[in-house]
Amino acid sequence: MTTVTETPPAPPLTPGKETRKPRKRGRLVPYWLLLPGLLWLVVFFALPMVYQASTSIQTGSLEDGFKVTWHFATYWDALADYWPQFLRSVLYAGAATILCLALGYPLAYLIAFRAGRWRNVVLILVIAPFFTSFLIRTLAWKTILSDGGPVVSALNALHVLDVTSWIGMTDGNRVLATPLAVICGLTYNFLPFMILPLYTSLERIDGRLHEAAGDLYATPATTFRKVTFPLSMPGVVSGTLLTFIPAAGDYVNADLLGSTDTRMVGNVIQTQFLRILDYPTAAALSFILMAAILIMVTVYIRRSGTEDLV
Amino acid sequence: MTTDHGGDVRLAGISKTYGSFTAVQPLDLTVPQGSFFALLGASGCGKTTTLRMIAGLEEPSSGTVMLGDQDVTALPPYKRPVNTVFQSYALFPHLDIFENVAFGLRRRGVKSVKKQVGEMLDLVQLGEQARKKPHQLSGGQQQRVAVARALINHPKVLLLDEPLGALDLKLRRQMQLELKRIQTEVGITFIHVTHDQEEAMTMADTVAVMNAGRVEQLGAPADLYENPGSTFVANFLGTSNFIEAEVAGRSGDDLTLKAGDGKLVLPAARCTASAATGGKILVGVRPEKISLTHADDAGSIPDGRNRITGRVADSSFIGVSTQYVIDSPLCDAFEVYAQNIERDSRLSPGADVVLHWNPAHTFGLDAAQDIEAGAAKVEEDAAA
Repeated sequence: MTTVTETPPAPPLTPGKETRKPRKRGRLVPYWLLLPGLLWLVVFFALPMVYQASTSIQTGSLEDGFKVTWHFATYWDALADYWPQFLRSVLYAGAATILCLALGYPLAYLIAFRAGRWRNVVLILVIAPFFTSFLIRTLAWKTILSDGGPVVSALNALHVLDVTSWIGMTDGNRVLATPLAVICGLTYNFLPFMILPLYTSLERIDGRLHEAAGDLYATPATTFRKVTFPLSMPGVVSGTLLTFIPAAGDYVNADLLGSTDTRMVGNVIQTQFLRILDYPTAAALSFILMAAILIMVTVYIRRSGTEDLV
Repeated sequence: MTTDHGGDVRLAGISKTYGSFTAVQPLDLTVPQGSFFALLGASGCGKTTTLRMIAGLEEPSSGTVMLGDQDVTALPPYKRPVNTVFQSYALFPHLDIFENVAFGLRRRGVKSVKKQVGEMLDLVQLGEQARKKPHQLSGGQQQRVAVARALINHPKVLLLDEPLGALDLKLRRQMQLELKRIQTEVGITFIHVTHDQEEAMTMADTVAVMNAGRVEQLGAPADLYENPGSTFVANFLGTSNFIEAEVAGRSGDDLTLKAGDGKLVLPAARCTASAATGGKILVGVRPEKISLTHADDAGSIPDGRNRITGRVADSSFIGVSTQYVIDSPLCDAFEVYAQNIERDSRLSPGADVVLHWNPAHTFGLDAAQDIEAGAAKVEEDAAA
């Protein structure tokens, strides 16, 4: 009898404790899961940023060591010395982004709406270049665009090079070591970053919307302009950002395919850091580039009005 | 083009095949201007394909589509004076309600759309919601936007592809009346595809029952219900009881039939099968036409009624009526719906009863068909 009367109160106590405890732990679980990522960001993003920021306002030399002297003039000097490279970076990355969009949109459209059962195969082909190293692929373009090679001969025969030379993108019969070569390299290397987001947002569009537009007197061209393209804007925005941002900071393409006349800001930063060892200038250049990109991206997202679509 | 027949839809020999699968058998159909026409059938019967061929979203494998006097078979959808209300509404998610409704007008170069759109939104009672995006509206409101978006173009024909399928029962009833009201108001030809027989019957003036790519029967709802031409139609539209019988002879306008030991009478005009003496036919009768009388009172049944004896196997009370299942030697599950006017408490399972009905409510069908045709599909829909 006593066991019967004594045992009942015990169980409710333990479940009560247990139900309260897991609930508390449950509320904390998301934060615990966030922790590794946060730590990663602090160690590999926030700390280096702070370190670079302090570097950018130091003065001194390698022999005597660098000291923080709040020397903001480094920023003005860097801008004054290297504004052409900044401009070039924006121009080349912009041109490459536009080319990527022009090449990538039709391809993404075909994969999303017309590829049928080949869809996955084509998607794998889009990512296939990533199976080899970035450097090797860029070096391959050196061969493709080599002087007197088939591509250059063909472009020459078609008088394309006359036009591109006239606007200053190529140099006579050469493609290699010209702005065009750098833009080609950038376009090639960042094309998948354009295609994949475009494909994702095109693929999400309900095919019945195309039918509905056709039913409401929209020609196929108007359907594209009024329905398909606006609905793919999230893909266009993220694709252009994923292309433009890394392209603007890239130095490998300009290094391998360009010449001293096609140096981008990435090349300057690399040289300052690794050859000239002028750390403050290199750090200042990095921050200027970052700020410039942030401003451009903000303006771009505002202008494209896709905040609620992304 | 004459205005009287400008909204006629005439399909001549129209068919659609996908590889070796025939979705729509060669089909001739005329829908007169201003009518509310329903294509009724189970899923996969070809009704939506037929509708899409009229809209131009599907190219017919053969045959022609005429709107009034104009052959539109080769015209792309955007050149046809036809608009569709899609099953999923297909509202443009990036445009607000106003722009969704204005879409068709803008495409045709109409400059000032504001007044028309405002009027149309008022017609579907959505004037307040003009600046909302589709996803901010409820299902019923989205459905009304879809109707408004199509109607504002004053199409010759409005096509409705299961427009009420996504709505709950109460809202569906409400929208049925709403659509019917709008149709009467604007006088446009409506072609409505549905798998819901009740919806087709309440809304349409003419119903075409489709089965396996063919039109089984076409007519006014009451006509189809009272005089089904096949077991499919009889079962798909409501419930029917069938008895196999043999033609014994003819007296006047009636056929006399032998079913088991009993005798039934069927008006010859209501028999679609050949009525040669000795031939087998299926005798059908709707459950609500039958009266039940307890076997003890069999004497009180007036003469001249068709009668069958049986035993109550099951009864379920559903408010306005009681549904009985009767076991009879002629048919193992005879269904009878009795109005709850005077309930005979003796009619409980196990009771011997006489089923009787006015011979005028009997119909005769060819015995060489599946008695169950169409019935299973209705159950599937009900279960879904």
